Amino acid sequence: MSVPNEYMHDEMQSSFFKQLNLFDWIFAVLLVAGSIFAYQKYSHLMDGYEVGILFFTAASLIALGWLWKPMRALMFYIAVLSLFAINLYGADLAAAENNFFLKYLFSGQSATMWMSALFVMATMAYFIELFTGNAFTGKVAVAMTWSATAMGFIGLLVRWRETYLHGADIGYIPVSNLYEVFILFAIITALIYLYYEKKYETRSMGAFVLLVITAAIAFLLWYHFERDAAEIKPLVPALQSYWMKIHVPANFVGYGAFALAAMIGVAYLIKDSVVKRNPNGLVASRLPSLDMMDDVMHKSIALGFAFFTIATVLGAMWAAEAWGGYWSWDPKETWALIVWLNYAAWLHMRLMKGLRGPILAWWAVIGLFVTLFAFVGVNMFLSGLHSYGEL
Amino acid sequence: MNTANKKHTRLGIIFEFLSSMNFAITLLVAISFASVIGTVLQQNQPYNDYIIKFGPFWHEVFKTLGLYNVYGAMWFLALLVLLVLSTGVCIYRNTPTMLRDMQQFRLNVKEKSLRLMTNTQSWTSDKDSNDIDKQVQHYLNFKGFRTRVKQHDDHRVIAGMKGSWNRLGYIFTHAGIIVLCIGSFLDGSFGLTIKEWTGRIIPETRDIRADKVPATARLSPQDSLSFRGSISLQEGSSSNLVFLNIRDGYLVQELPFAIELKDFRVEHYTSGMPKSFESDLVIHDDQLDEPLKQTISVNHPLIYRGYAMYQASFGDGGSNLSIRAWPFRTQEIQAMDIKVEVKKSRVLNTLSGKYRLEIDDFNMFNIFPNTDEEKAATGKKFKNFGPSFKFKLRDASGVANEYHNYMLPVMQQGRLFFLSGMRGSVADQFRYLHIPADNNGSLNRFMAFQSLLHTSEKVKQIAKNSVKAAMSVANQTDKKMQDDVVNSMMNLITLFNQGGYIAIEADIKKKVPEDKQVNVAEAYVKILQNLLQNTYLEVLKQEGIDINKAVNNFDNQFYEDAVSAFAGIAAYGSPVYFQLADFKHRESSGIQITRHPGQNIFYLGCLMLIVGIFMMFYISYQRIWLIVKPEDGKLSLTLAGSGNRNQRDFANEFDQLAKQIVKSSS
Ligand code: HEM
Repeated sequence: MSVPNEYMHDEMQSSFFKQLNLFDWIFAVLLVAGSIFAYQKYSHLMDGYEVGILFFTAASLIALGWLWKPMRALMFYIAVLSLFAINLYGADLAAAENNFFLKYLFSGQSATMWMSALFVMATMAYFIELFTGNAFTGKVAVAMTWSATAMGFIGLLVRWRETYLHGADIGYIPVSNLYEVFILFAIITALIYLYYEKKYETRSMGAFVLLVITAAIAFLLWYHFERDAAEIKPLVPALQSYWMKIHVPANFVGYGAFALAAMIGVAYLIKDSVVKRNPNGLVASRLPSLDMMDDVMHKSIALGFAFFTIATVLGAMWAAEAWGGYWSWDPKETWALIVWLNYAAWLHMRLMKGLRGPILAWWAVIGLFVTLFAFVGVNMFLSGLHSYGEL
Repeated sequence: MNTANKKHTRLGIIFEFLSSMNFAITLLVAISFASVIGTVLQQNQPYNDYIIKFGPFWHEVFKTLGLYNVYGAMWFLALLVLLVLSTGVCIYRNTPTMLRDMQQFRLNVKEKSLRLMTNTQSWTSDKDSNDIDKQVQHYLNFKGFRTRVKQHDDHRVIAGMKGSWNRLGYIFTHAGIIVLCIGSFLDGSFGLTIKEWTGRIIPETRDIRADKVPATARLSPQDSLSFRGSISLQEGSSSNLVFLNIRDGYLVQELPFAIELKDFRVEHYTSGMPKSFESDLVIHDDQLDEPLKQTISVNHPLIYRGYAMYQASFGDGGSNLSIRAWPFRTQEIQAMDIKVEVKKSRVLNTLSGKYRLEIDDFNMFNIFPNTDEEKAATGKKFKNFGPSFKFKLRDASGVANEYHNYMLPVMQQGRLFFLSGMRGSVADQFRYLHIPADNNGSLNRFMAFQSLLHTSEKVKQIAKNSVKAAMSVANQTDKKMQDDVVNSMMNLITLFNQGGYIAIEADIKKKVPEDKQVNVAEAYVKILQNLLQNTYLEVLKQEGIDINKAVNNFDNQFYEDAVSAFAGIAAYGSPVYFQLADFKHRESSGIQITRHPGQNIFYLGCLMLIVGIFMMFYISYQRIWLIVKPEDGKLSLTLAGSGNRNQRDFANEFDQLAKQIVKSSS
């Protein structure tokens, strides 16, 4: 059929691939080249599943970068700086002490420290903007959050290399103990937040979301300094599996999204209670509309629920392989189910007219505590097959 | 909904209730709470533990409520069944609507209802209605909408729809839940529970050999659809029986094939943490032409004929130990060589009566972290104390002490010791006896020293000689006094031999007035030391060392350590020191065996669930209508749309869409 009229041309041309620009393609080519390089260099160490995971990850990252453009730059910086740091290491772990860049910036632990500091400062900056309305501080906050996220990823990637420098048989992906997953939690939560911040064009939820990240950082630092948790220790046999590489990240998209929803829930409840008494007050005017927060909460919980479902199923499949049963009512498994049922209930409540609003926000906040228990409480208080990562 | 006509029948009311959202939410929350109980209250422990914890009253209550096995309790099963029913009814009721939604374009909408929608816009145009029709359809198609047109009497409706997969997502998600529940019911233990209820099986509670277990506690391969049990195989042995633990007892499940364990290996990291566990298995099955060989390890099971075999645990599988029993506290110096197997026991006749020696465990490695100084000295983070074994020594009255002996002498503060830990009860820590090793790294000198101390004639001779020498220095010749001194020396050494310093202290407390006790004790220690030293010199002399030269540092230190050890033997509780002379390591591998025929159904359900969820969340189901109506020579247009997800997002999309359509048509 001919196009007989003047519909906007850019609209008509807007097929997804046509919208991609040169940078998108360079980005994709780099990622593909990077994964082929990794494959050639390390394929003798990987089994079929791990090769699959490698290329699947590359494809997902390309998709992510295309759908959300700032990710391209983030990945670029992370890759360059991590490779720089790994290169500085060479084959010598002692470089962490001797090399200036490693010691003060990019060793696994230093980068993590920078991440921590930046997140805490970003939190303060978001609060300053919230109370003073100073837009410049807000921009600084955003920049610091991005930098902190980058530093967190760099820390994990460099740490990945460090585990192998401790011994070829020790090396493992650093999402394997409580210390490492707290870093993962912080950066994933931050990324999800940054996405919504851009999408909704408001920074006023940042203070709340960054607060939960700061709490995670506080725990991380305590755990580091009091319990020496940053030390690299070899994995117990049950954790030596490719499942780890997909199960844990999927889980933490879930945890991060739920935590974010809960913090939006807090903001929602504050606004909801203030707005009636003082509709033109500072809080009421600075915080986004209740509608918008409800929407963010729902999107976030939906995202979390989808990924948490995947993670739990992957966990079941892993359990089937490691323990001989896909479901054993082990405390960690059971709590994952509890979290999942809880958010399933949340999603259904939202479909009922009478149960929207503050009730849902409360439920999301309580959901954070349920999630938190599943995340750390189980390891602390309950014994079971997941008996690693103890405090 | 479509069920309005059913509303009044009884079944209709039940359906209504089961498929109500309220009920679904209540169920989800109820199952969460029930699950919490099972994680807070340790499940499937022996009843005695619960009685101690909760007292007999609450124990009965909890037991009746099934709280000790929540996930196997009938009420929990009932909740799950209700969830499945509720979801099923939901699907049943909603699917027709959803499918209709996917097909029908609702071409009969009225302009009035479009104007009432949230996302709506109206305008007028001078264009030709056919052109508009084409353009709008073309544009909507391009935007992913399927379109239909219908010409009514006085107006035309263009209807578009996209994202109908969203509706399919609903069906997938909820059907997935049903499918995965069915899969897991197949694999659950409910079959067994029912058999137990009806008395067809009775778990065995006695610790008896597998072939003695009565038929009521045995399951043949056909009996059970699914099970989960474990089997412990020694290297070189094979079995076709799996043990299923059921609360206080167990059932024996027969397999249609036998599993043999050829070899079991543990690898360690340098830190001593285990790095891998591997078992070489051989499957013997009549259906196989030749036995199937396969190595399994953690995370790498063997799946054969629907039975999955997993590396679960390991232990000692009856290592053969050669043990030298050195008698303590006697002049006897001849060690007795005995052979025992781990997990077995044997009777020993010792000078102080009959004992039963029960060997509990054997360990090839004992790896400990080094202290900071050791790290600096050796450059290693860990040290290995080498093989050790644990045993109990039970006396005739049944009282037992537990011991932990290392095979090789262990370096401590620069000296080598044979370490032997002892404790009276499991709750205590082991306290270690340090027996010094001689310069050949053996026990010989220590045992020779001990033997000499217990040979009274010789000790007496040594005592006499030393008293004589002392007296002659002082020009004393009183025979009676000499005898007295020698006698009291012999008294002291006997006390020391029997009970160490503590016995001497007790003796002084008994016989000497309080004000003189300190002085007497000092004098006694001097005398005793003198005798012990002279005896030790005699030992050295027997070894051929020239005792007229100064005693070297090593021998000096050995003396100190040996005397401390003698003093410690008093509290050691065993008349014998068991030295591990040799061993033949034999391991056993704990293999978990499961059969889960519902597993693939479960996974299918999971897959449907995941696919469905993504379809529901990330495909938005949207409809667009445009009514074109000629009016006063112009066209009056009304556009409206609805989306079932994310009203904010849809409002934005609709605005974009409307902008384009209005622009092109006005
Ligand atoms: C474990 C059980 C269940 C899970 C995981 C589950 C999951 C979901 C999810 C994720 C959604 C999408 C929610 C949203 O769009 O935000 C949904 C929608 C829905 N669920 Fe369930 N569900 C479950 C049980 C039930 C039951 C028992 C019912 C019956 C009362 C039910 C009825 C519905 C209905 C009517 C919708 C709305 C569908 C629509 O129109 O878009 N669900 N469910």
